[in-house]
Amino acid sequence: MTISDSRPERGSAASVVRARNLLKRFGTKTVIDDLDLDMPRGGCYGLLGPNGAGKTTLLRMLLGHVLPDAGTLEVLGEPVPAAARSVRARIGIVPQDDNLDPDFTVMENLRIYAGYFPQPARRPLTPWLESLLEFVSLHERATDRIQSLSGGMRRRLVIARALVNDPELLILDEPTTGLDPQVRHLIWAKLRELIKKGSTILLTTHYMEEAERLCDRLAIVDQGRILAEDTPKTLIAQRVEPSVIELRIRGAGHRASADDVPAEPTGLPEAISRHARIERIDETWHCHTHHPQRVLEHLPRYPEIEYLHRPANLEDVFLNLTGRELRD
Amino acid sequence: MNPTSIPRRSIPRRWHIPRLHPAAAFAVWRRNALVWRRLFVSSLVFHFGEPLLYLIGIGYGLGRFIDGMEGMDGISYLSFFASGLVASSTMMSTSYEATYSAYTRMVPQKTYDGIIATPVEVDDIVAGEMLWCATKGCMAGASLLIVATLIGAFAGFEALLCIPILLLIGLAFSGLALAITATAPSYDYFSYYMTLFITPMFILCGVFYPISSMPAFVQGLIQVLPLTHAVALVRPIVTGAALENPILHIAILIAFAFVGFYVAAILIRRRFIL
Ligand SMILES: Nc1ncnc2c1ncn2[C@@H]1O[C@H](COP(=O)(O)OP(=O)(O)O)[C@@H](O)[C@H]1O
Ligand SMILES: [Mg+2]
Repeated sequence: MTISDSRPERGSAASVVRARNLLKRFGTKTVIDDLDLDMPRGGCYGLLGPNGAGKTTLLRMLLGHVLPDAGTLEVLGEPVPAAARSVRARIGIVPQDDNLDPDFTVMENLRIYAGYFPQPARRPLTPWLESLLEFVSLHERATDRIQSLSGGMRRRLVIARALVNDPELLILDEPTTGLDPQVRHLIWAKLRELIKKGSTILLTTHYMEEAERLCDRLAIVDQGRILAEDTPKTLIAQRVEPSVIELRIRGAGHRASADDVPAEPTGLPEAISRHARIERIDETWHCHTHHPQRVLEHLPRYPEIEYLHRPANLEDVFLNLTGRELRD
Repeated sequence: MNPTSIPRRSIPRRWHIPRLHPAAAFAVWRRNALVWRRLFVSSLVFHFGEPLLYLIGIGYGLGRFIDGMEGMDGISYLSFFASGLVASSTMMSTSYEATYSAYTRMVPQKTYDGIIATPVEVDDIVAGEMLWCATKGCMAGASLLIVATLIGAFAGFEALLCIPILLLIGLAFSGLALAITATAPSYDYFSYYMTLFITPMFILCGVFYPISSMPAFVQGLIQVLPLTHAVALVRPIVTGAALENPILHIAILIAFAFVGFYVAAILIRRRFIL
């Protein structure tokens, strides 16, 4: 055993989260539906799903705050909810809504929070907390009130707070929702830094970019079920055709009136459909295909068509699996 | 699905006997104490100014007309009233803290949401809150006790011996109030609790006059209210009289504290453990 792996590993250490047949109903609504999950140690694991998919509910189950109606759950090798208290000592949480303590300053928030853990992660405490503030670039705001912080600063402070117990698993629920692109990129950089240092991260998101940039593995969740689970690359390779050609009639969407419908390009859909899976969304045809050349060679005969040829991405996988209807 | 996954009724799972972690409960107490330390000047005026006004206005003002009447246990009205007021202001201050202030922490401020993400359990929060609200009540009662002693209302500084009793009084009232807070849909709810439960006790339970002056059937009702037992303990201690049935009064207050704690714990679990 070397110094670097001196951290105690309890139970079956292979998975940090292991769920079998998890079920949760709120009233008559099934929010977690017979869900199985194995999350490996190390790296970043993403739960990608639309609003109401059950992501937050699942995370709250890991903490023992939502009691499953059926199934078994182990976090860091310990059974939850039975050992939830001991599990919470070993994980850090960044909740979807900030719940910083408004009665205290930035530094006091960390100090008070550290006091809720049975043993402090590091001694002496003050330099450790200062290093956390420095990590999220808030060391100059240490004595400021929470009310004076911007949304991005608060979010960074919540991340620092989630690290006070030097957690074995860091859980983030939509860490960048509602933030500026600048802040989002800063937070991604910080999370990558943690991953590089060997942290294990579980995050939920509905941003494809976030999932694609950060996550080593992804589970696509909808209606309390995992629809697919793999690396982002494999998901794209296995779940959709590699190329997408988006077609639209020039000037469509700028019509003077609703009656002024542009003519369907005669014969084109039929010609393409032998080589591509076509989805029509408003004025645009999305042609998912293994043979982009065979689609493209038809296009010169239709000068009224403009097109965009791009590789398939996670969003295509996501929409293919979860459908296109609106969720609220 | 495997055979273990038969859905169970989820309600009884939240009725288990509380498991307490004293250090965690103390951390919650400490958090509130640190906030208080910052704001204590204004809270002192609020919790201490009003009882002081009662003490002077009624104790002195009304006392002159009442002194020497029968049933006053042979003490001045100022002593009689001040001792009752020590008990009732402990009740008041505890009840305000455990309703309005605790609700602020629990709902709009989401303080508990932050805390339960740590190893602190909901039960620890309830215990820490109860202890804090009792501390607050105890401080209100004790400051009145000191002032009343200084102006000569009480026998002497032996009166300070009743401070542990004030803490017990605080615990008896904080559990009840937290149970109310757990079910509150909004702040408005608390004025019902204050008007229908706390204020009647203030008026009926022997703070202003001996309970014996009430009709018999009202006395029976008054005997089940916790403030009656609080006054029955505080008054003899601070005026140097002999305690009657102290074990009974203490046992009743302890029972209120434990039942209040258990009910509050179950109700607050329901808010945070789904
Ligand atoms: N306390 C609750 N009571 C009833 N239904 C709830 C509760 N919390 C969440 N839900 C429902 O459960 C579903 C999943 O919610 P949630 O886990 O918050 O989804 P997500 O985080 O993926 O957006 C939603 O339909 C939501 O309305
Ligand atoms: Mg959510």
